[in-house]
Amino acid sequence: MKKLMFVLAMLLAFGTSAFSQKFFTRDAKIKFNSDTPMEKIEGVNKSATCVLDAATGKMEWKVLIKGFLFEKALMQEHFNENYLESSKYPNATFSGAITDLNEVNFAKDGTYTAKVKGKMTIHNVTKDVETTGTIQVVGGNLEVQTNFGVACADYDISIPSVVKDNIAKEIKVMVNAVLKPMK
Amino acid sequence: MKKAYLLTFFFILFTASLLSAQEGDLLSLLGEEKTTDYTIATFKTNRIINGHSIENTAAGVLDFKISHRFSPVRQGVYDLFGLDGATLRIGFDYGITDRLMVGVGRSSHEKIIDGFAKYKLLRQSKGERNMPVTLSYLIDAQIKTIKFDDNNRENYFTSRVYYTHQLLIGRKFNDRLSLQLMPTVVHRNLTVSPDDKNDVLAVGIGGRIKITKRVALNAEYYYVPEGQIVGNYANSLSLGVDIETGGHVFQLHFTNSRDMTYKGFITETSEDWFFKNDEDRLLSGIRFGFNIARVFTIKKPKGLD
Repeated sequence: MKKLMFVLAMLLAFGTSAFSQKFFTRDAKIKFNSDTPMEKIEGVNKSATCVLDAATGKMEWKVLIKGFLFEKALMQEHFNENYLESSKYPNATFSGAITDLNEVNFAKDGTYTAKVKGKMTIHNVTKDVETTGTIQVVGGNLEVQTNFGVACADYDISIPSVVKDNIAKEIKVMVNAVLKPMK
Repeated sequence: MKKAYLLTFFFILFTASLLSAQEGDLLSLLGEEKTTDYTIATFKTNRIINGHSIENTAAGVLDFKISHRFSPVRQGVYDLFGLDGATLRIGFDYGITDRLMVGVGRSSHEKIIDGFAKYKLLRQSKGERNMPVTLSYLIDAQIKTIKFDDNNRENYFTSRVYYTHQLLIGRKFNDRLSLQLMPTVVHRNLTVSPDDKNDVLAVGIGGRIKITKRVALNAEYYYVPEGQIVGNYANSLSLGVDIETGGHVFQLHFTNSRDMTYKGFITETSEDWFFKNDEDRLLSGIRFGFNIARVFTIKKPKGLD
């Protein structure tokens, strides 16, 4: 009995360490767009940072607002200077976790659906958000993908009445990243 | 056996502590990322009022300029406060790269065709690279295409040509305040009199105060030290408002300069904002003027997907 307890304890200790791998990326792609009959607005950031702890499902994201690139230089300047005020608030961040961690087997190749819940901070306003995404385990890397909506009003991003028809009430955000194991 | 229990107990505790991460801990594992933050939007457009600002038109973008300067406001209601005596300039500015831009324009007064190139030598930044100012170099050429006054004398083409060299030193102090210093030299091939200097040195100072996200107040003053221009001349002073909409920047201002070309507003401004005429009456040389800038993206930037 004592031996069994001992073995069980060992298994518990080492068994869980198989999933204590952390994954990260420094070039996640985040694209957002707002499509209205008046104007099409699209920005792409190809250098977002993410760290995921497979053991706990905890995940943190950080995106540099000035890193969003637009087709029109003036649109990029207005996005930074007038709307997101990136000189005051340089980054947008997310801190949360995968809620149904059991659904994902980080050790085995395959595609898994994961629910993520946490706090999103944009323009110095923090909101609770929830979304569903896919994690594809391929050769030790995680291909992460998710889409969700962001409402400008939620984050105190003021839209002047002159252009209220040019910007969608809810901005579509698309995230694509390949997370690699952290050494 | 008790020792074994104790050992396993501590083992479990140890691994359990490995499992609990704290908020903000994860990103800090990646370490400090060294980046440089380059200052943007020091001014709303590439001109302050008459002269250039340190801003460049972005690569692949065409900036269309329409400018008007009117006759002095003192002309009164009959001339609609000077509006009836309008001079205009139409111009096209283009960004070759984010640091090099060129432009051409034509003014109605003296039918001047002007062309310039402006290069951003230093960019204001903080972070990995710290630079307190943005430094640009401007070279501008103006050609007077109006017919010569006197066809009985030997007139040279070179007499029509003027050059301006300028260093633009600007700094965005904060979201609200930007200031700029402009040491300038205007070269005139032909001057009015032999005692006029061909090379006129001037110092310009300009700035803007942003009142709201899209509205700014700006001022521009060019000081020409004495001994260079013969006769009465005035230093160019302009005060204005910039209003920015989606694609346009409207610059509305009051100035004492009639011209929109460097040789004109620096060396040929004739009346001060307030002056006394021959009869000792106090008069004003203030004129109304405006610039409208509209940007068009000609070449889309690469690497956007």
